Amino acid sequence: MNDRSIYPLSQPVKGAGGKTGSWRTAKPVIDLEKCSGCLLCWLFCPEGCIGKNDRSIDYAYCKGCGICGAECPKKAIVMVKEEQR
Amino acid sequence: MSISIKDLPDFEYVLPGSAACAGCPSAIALRMVGKALGENAIMLMTPSCAVASIGPLPKSCYSIPVLNVCFASAGASAAGLAMALDALYEKGRLTGEKPTIFNWAGDGGTYDIGFQGISAAAERNDDFIHFCYNNEAYSNTGMQRSGATPIYAATTTTPLGKEVHRKNLPLLMLEHRVPYVATASLAYPTDLIRKVKKAKDIRGFKYIEIHAPCYTGWKFPSSDTVKMSRLAVQTGSWLLWEAEFGKVVLNSPTSLLAAEKIKPAPLEEYIGKQGRYAHLADSPQKEEILAAMEKEIRRELKFMAARAEL
Amino acid sequence: MKKILDTGNAACALAVKAARVDFVAAYPITPQTSVVEKLAGYIAEGKMNAKYLPVESEHSAMSAVAAAAAAGARVFTATSSQGLLYMHEILHYAAGGRLSLVMANVNRAVCAPWCLYVDHQDAVSQRDTGWIQLFAASTQEIYDSIILAYKVTEKIHIPVIVNYDGFLLSHSMMPFETVDQDIIDEFLPPFEPAWRLHPQWGGTFGNVTPAENYAPFRHSLAADIRKAGEVIEKIAREFEKLTGHWHGGLFDAYRTEDAEFFLLSMGSMASEMELAVDILRDKGIPAASIRLRVFRPFPAEELSRLLPDGARLLVFDRNYAFGTEGGVLLAESKAALFNRKDDIKVVGRAVGLGGEDLPADFLAEKAREMMEVLK
Repeated sequence: MNDRSIYPLSQPVKGAGGKTGSWRTAKPVIDLEKCSGCLLCWLFCPEGCIGKNDRSIDYAYCKGCGICGAECPKKAIVMVKEEQR
Repeated sequence: MSISIKDLPDFEYVLPGSAACAGCPSAIALRMVGKALGENAIMLMTPSCAVASIGPLPKSCYSIPVLNVCFASAGASAAGLAMALDALYEKGRLTGEKPTIFNWAGDGGTYDIGFQGISAAAERNDDFIHFCYNNEAYSNTGMQRSGATPIYAATTTTPLGKEVHRKNLPLLMLEHRVPYVATASLAYPTDLIRKVKKAKDIRGFKYIEIHAPCYTGWKFPSSDTVKMSRLAVQTGSWLLWEAEFGKVVLNSPTSLLAAEKIKPAPLEEYIGKQGRYAHLADSPQKEEILAAMEKEIRRELKFMAARAEL
Repeated sequence: MKKILDTGNAACALAVKAARVDFVAAYPITPQTSVVEKLAGYIAEGKMNAKYLPVESEHSAMSAVAAAAAAGARVFTATSSQGLLYMHEILHYAAGGRLSLVMANVNRAVCAPWCLYVDHQDAVSQRDTGWIQLFAASTQEIYDSIILAYKVTEKIHIPVIVNYDGFLLSHSMMPFETVDQDIIDEFLPPFEPAWRLHPQWGGTFGNVTPAENYAPFRHSLAADIRKAGEVIEKIAREFEKLTGHWHGGLFDAYRTEDAEFFLLSMGSMASEMELAVDILRDKGIPAASIRLRVFRPFPAEELSRLLPDGARLLVFDRNYAFGTEGGVLLAESKAALFNRKDDIKVVGRAVGLGGEDLPADFLAEKAREMMEVLK
């Protein structure tokens, strides 16, 4: 019985809460021309959905909370209403 | 210790696609904590939003080892784990560097049901960090009042507004004479990360409380989570300070508020944006209540400034 | 091997030391206190290489040892009465999490009103928490059971309570034989679980799960604890081979030859029960004593095997299963024997509550009363 399957254990995975991108009603769109690279969006994103190096947004999981847009000091991120799915 | 955001590691405690609400302050705070503590850490959690966020077994949104414990268990479980690991390392049964052990608990698990065990662990100076992410209510069960809910705030169990003051738990923890106590805010990430790094390097009991405005419970737009954290500090509703071995230092901008070098942001700007205070808007006592809240803020600032003189 | 004269609590502490426990967390309560005082002393004096956490409550004691067990430490705690009741939530947690733990419970009545003396209400109230529960009846059996309990819990990942009667066993001096350390080390090698709560192993332990994932954990705990009786018996035989110590398998039986009346009990009451059997036998009544050593898992098949056709089972419960006709052992025995086709009969009494004295003549008298009822 010396087997770890006996314990109630979970493994870390992306999307443990599902494909949370489907929760979005508005999506952040980043204008890299305006971006100064301060990385506040990267740091404040609750999902860790914004790439540190390229500021790419992982729309599969971004829930559309809008914090990145609200906190961007250069107003380089705008929230765009999602089309009806 | 100055922290540059650009130098923070890519490593994440919270993986994308957690079950947390969009804009969850616990997730933001935990990501920051992860960048300060690194991979060699073990997290213990009591029931809270952060536990509901994990996702269902056999999946987990957290990348480091996690022990889910019972609600009143945080203090004792972390203490037991820390001490047992000491024993196993001393006996050579585990090798390498002992991981950092920390609790991630809400204000329910800290102020209320968990307080006895946390107080005891602090008194014993057990070797772990207790983080309280304080969203000022039992948000996980849908926003019932807690010992951290501020006076006048409406919750589902104080629908007319809370009638009594919150506890000052960071101050209570400070007077347990522990090596390190700090308060922090999402809106001041480099201050937060610096404090967590400092706590990591101190042996013994460390307490860090992170103010965590909850948009679903407080009723404001999810995009304003960080903004609300900032306003809490700028109005003096949440004070930033830290104490190494009992010596209190106020951190900016709280220190500037206390020294009257800056004026507090108008309180109405903070509470006026929160649905939990909406009942105040058309209350005939509105002015009186606002004045009482501002008086309380001045009292706390004065009190902490005086405590910093000790 | 060394023969010494000491209390049950001393025997318990010596066994914990001999088991090379890594971590102890406990909160004092009468009559358990001297166990944890002795352990704190051994550790402070360097006689035991372990850490001692002086927690502020029993809830915290169990929370601490459960987390330590998750890290793969060999852990111990001890309690009694209200302390055990206060741990209840974490007992479920530890068993559900399949953590390897050993606890001594020095049986004591529960309040209200307050009472310091023995009965088994504390232990039977934890019946459905998923723990294995052993009941010892002598200092020797306390010592041996603690060591055996570690072997059991580390093999099948189900926590174990070793119960023994408050004051009667915890505080009475009786001779017992300690086992040499090299023999214990051979019997009980260091615990190497398949998973530890540690970055090297990883994983999130115990998060929320829907029924389709939850139910299988419960079913497997239920199945594994049912099989535990066999494991306990096998391990007890292994220990006997190394030490010569034997206290019976799941039951310790006395004068069962040609017996018709079987007096069932648990804990220290059994020694007086054996004297009661002698009294009854002297009067020509074919009586026997059977002492239940393993309360959880309840050894239903073994009980039935012990009882011949037409046997009369007289159950002495030191507890109540409130809302039923008597104690927990009565209800469990009846359930265990329900499918018997012979005219076996079962009757029971709750006796010895709150430490009420149970001398042999009193037990013999109670047995005769029960025999009358069965007529």
